[in-house]
Amino acid sequence: MSSRTDSRKFKTISRRELLKLTPVVALGAFAIPQLQKPLLKAGLGFSDWASARLFRSGHLAPTFTDSFLTPFNQFPVNDYDVDDPEVDFDKWTLTVTGEVQKPGDYTLAQIQALPKFTQNTRHVCVEGWDVIGRFGGVRLSDFLKMIGAHPTARFVTVECADDYYESLDMATAMHPQSLLCYEMYGQPLTREHGAPLRLSIPTKIGYKQAKYLTDLKVSHVLEKVGYWEDQGYSEFYGL
Amino acid sequence: MASRAIEIEDVKTGEVTEAVYEHPFVVRLCHWVNAVSLFVMVGSGFQIFRAFPSFGAKIPQKDLLNWPKAFALGGWLGGALQWHLTFMWIYIATGLLYIGCQIFSGNYKQVLFVRRDLSGVWPMVHHYFFFGPKPPARETYNPLQKHAYTSAIGLGVLSALTGLAVWKPVQFSWLAWLMGGFHLARLWHFLIMWAMLAFVFGHLVMVVLHGWNNFVSMLTGWKQDPDYRSE
Repeated sequence: MSSRTDSRKFKTISRRELLKLTPVVALGAFAIPQLQKPLLKAGLGFSDWASARLFRSGHLAPTFTDSFLTPFNQFPVNDYDVDDPEVDFDKWTLTVTGEVQKPGDYTLAQIQALPKFTQNTRHVCVEGWDVIGRFGGVRLSDFLKMIGAHPTARFVTVECADDYYESLDMATAMHPQSLLCYEMYGQPLTREHGAPLRLSIPTKIGYKQAKYLTDLKVSHVLEKVGYWEDQGYSEFYGL
Repeated sequence: MASRAIEIEDVKTGEVTEAVYEHPFVVRLCHWVNAVSLFVMVGSGFQIFRAFPSFGAKIPQKDLLNWPKAFALGGWLGGALQWHLTFMWIYIATGLLYIGCQIFSGNYKQVLFVRRDLSGVWPMVHHYFFFGPKPPARETYNPLQKHAYTSAIGLGVLSALTGLAVWKPVQFSWLAWLMGGFHLARLWHFLIMWAMLAFVFGHLVMVVLHGWNNFVSMLTGWKQDPDYRSE
């Protein structure tokens, strides 16, 4: 049984139903130049917030047997400036500052005295390509213990010989697969891959895995996020 | 499923026509929000793809296609990622709201392609593509339409799942593994987008062919003179 109405009333009903859709027009805010930037920033911020919630300290990134390794000469070299910032290996130290009990300059030998770990993990670039590499080094968590990082500190920031800079949340820094890496494919790091020391963080996107480290800072607040983050990329970008 | 129907008497001519309430409010809302977010996801997706337009190795890199910047959104990789990582939440939220409401209200029966629709697909294909006779319309959607809509919803779910595997190949490593690894998940994500675009193309052609009343029904919910009522 259908009810009956006249065409005038039907127009009113239809108009009312159409007006209910006005929330869709709110999406138009993204087309307004003044609003677009803050809206997208909020969206990216929400994604980062969700990413941090999705991160699980005990969950390991997949590891691979040697047969899955990308040949070393096909492992891309990405930089934002120069492939080789001409680090003087004889004078090189890692300068540790911030919320630590033992700040100061650490030599490569001091770092290498910590237990060594080697892992075949996937390196994912924000551009979309991925490679599987063999990375060797010491756990960042072991190093943070050695320098006496404050137990409630929240961030680890690094600076690099090529003026690149990056930061990690403490949960990621403490992850068992997060390495201060000095070896790739069983050989000491080559200059273009970040000699003498780089980050290898298989739970993070590539641009977070800084090369040619010179400074490491432990802090409660984040002063510098990262070079690419400052250009507009995701701050957390956990994989 | 019986839809709400109404008889309309024209105030000037006294002529009586019929209208059926085909699309509940939530369906219409999700449809239009989803249309906008799909547009943004595809546009920004193409800009992201431009950063590495390949599914092979990085070295040596063999580009699949050089997608023109004019048909991409975001300006550069970082900008496109901002769009993509913002609208994916809107895309997923409307998807979940739509699927949830359809199941809860029982309205899904209008759309869901089921086994008994199978026999009706060929007559519709025959009618549309080979000038066959038009099969009588019995429901809001004919079997071919149901097939298309059900597929599109399935593609929507798959686009979100493959996207999740590409965005979080470590936290959702099992999902990436199911898709054959990160590398293939990215390829599936790309192919599913093309399948979705094929649906959108067909959908738009049909919208044009089926005229104004049909288009208006997705705005007001009411379709005047539906063909299946007069049969």
